[in-house]
Amino acid sequence: MNSRDTLAQRIHRGEVRALARGLSMVENGDPGAGELLHTLFSAIPDHVTIGVTGPPGAGKSTLLDRMITRFRSQERRVGVIAVDPSSPFTGGALLGDRLRMQSHAVDPGVFIRSMGNRGHLGGISGATRDAGLILAAAGYDPVLVETVGVGQAEVEVAEIADVTALVLVPGTGDEVQAMKAGIMEIADLIVLNKADRPGMDQLEAAVAASLELAPEDRPRPPVVRVSAESGEGLEALWTSLDLLLSSTDPELRRLENTRRILRGILGESGARFGEMLLRSEYGSENELLELISGGSVTPYEAGLRLVRVAERMLEEDENQQD
Amino acid sequence: MDRRTRVLIGKPGLDGHDRGAKYIARALRDAGMEVIYTGIRQTPQAIAEAALQEDVDFVGLSLLSGAHNHLFPEVARILRDKGGADIILFGGGVIPEEDIPGLKQAGFKAIFTPGTPASEVVAFIENELKNRN
Ligand SMILES: Nc1nc2c(ncn2[C@@H]2O[C@H](COP(=O)(O)OP(=O)(O)OP(=O)(O)O)[C@@H](O)[C@H]2O)c(=O)[nH]1
Ligand SMILES: [Mg+2]
Repeated sequence: MNSRDTLAQRIHRGEVRALARGLSMVENGDPGAGELLHTLFSAIPDHVTIGVTGPPGAGKSTLLDRMITRFRSQERRVGVIAVDPSSPFTGGALLGDRLRMQSHAVDPGVFIRSMGNRGHLGGISGATRDAGLILAAAGYDPVLVETVGVGQAEVEVAEIADVTALVLVPGTGDEVQAMKAGIMEIADLIVLNKADRPGMDQLEAAVAASLELAPEDRPRPPVVRVSAESGEGLEALWTSLDLLLSSTDPELRRLENTRRILRGILGESGARFGEMLLRSEYGSENELLELISGGSVTPYEAGLRLVRVAERMLEEDENQQD
Repeated sequence: MDRRTRVLIGKPGLDGHDRGAKYIARALRDAGMEVIYTGIRQTPQAIAEAALQEDVDFVGLSLLSGAHNHLFPEVARILRDKGGADIILFGGGVIPEEDIPGLKQAGFKAIFTPGTPASEVVAFIENELKNRN
């Protein structure tokens, strides 16, 4: 190892320590993370990202453990990002997903990283997306992402995944009814787990009823019954998964991926630019809030003013170039 | 920047009693840390690899079965070999007083014997972080 090699070079060679550091940079919002991703970007090989979401305890990690074994049998190197919620009060987190995949810890073809969602404003998608890209740059394909399907998280995982699997379990029929549109619509594949338990028929009926309400123009996601614990039904699951993966054209997938990355980054830089404008126009968010509470400004007016300031800046910029 | 202290709690060896390990894991979480628990009966290699992939600042090992004199130093050695010498190690469990110096020699910064309140482990970690920065 040459110590003068850059972090990007070491990640590209698949050095575990460097990869782990790169992931931490992304996770921590380290100022160097953008530069690192910029350096890695053009060398990221074609890869697929599979999102696995679902309610707490549905068996997502157990299923991921099986999925790792399956892709390893095809000699593919598997990267995993497992996101667990952070406590909104202390910021701490118990990251327990790895526990179920730990049998792969000593396999050099598997890299597992646990992440707390850290209550990120605007969700986890930015850090998870970038972590996935770093794993891909190190040669991991597929990249598997586990997120707990509560609130926004499951929608976000669909934004970064090529294929999103929703894991449901018996006894959650009522919850399925309540989920209706949102969560069902993002699923490319619905996995009914714990088939060794009673209540599968009710669950499947509830899922079918919910899917009835989904928009017509979307392909109906296949619904597969499995027991991640016993292994029952997994072959059918892999067949469905392979079909979904192969039905996406690699060129198109790459383009869609890039579009999603771009949109995510535009959103993030837009927010940062907005904050800069806000500071220069109003001092700080708190000062603006005071003006709003005092009744002299409305939030809408402030928003419009910031847009006008940005427009004026662009015009001046153009005039200078003429 | 939003840095969090990351700690891996591992249980090498054959005993399946993880009450203590889980108690510490929860206490560290409640102190604002991100805690990765790898479960019972882990080989030193599996614990070390997990620690490296997870980029943790600390590894805490818990053992009741009496094989600590072999297993604890083994985790330390693998971490050192693989570029993880900066990870701070601590241990806990049923460990006779006379074994403690040897484990410290092997790279363990602290050994906590049964009955140690979790707050002491939290204080140890916070103190180490202060010294490092
Ligand atoms: N009976 C049965 N239990 C299962 C099955 N799959 C997983 N489990 C159990 O369900 C529990 C939760 O499994 P996990 O894989 O941790 O579930 P998860 O969805 O990752 O949980 P969170 O990450 O905490 O949301 C564990 O006790 C598993 O052993 C299954 O097919 N059948
Ligand atoms: Mg899990």
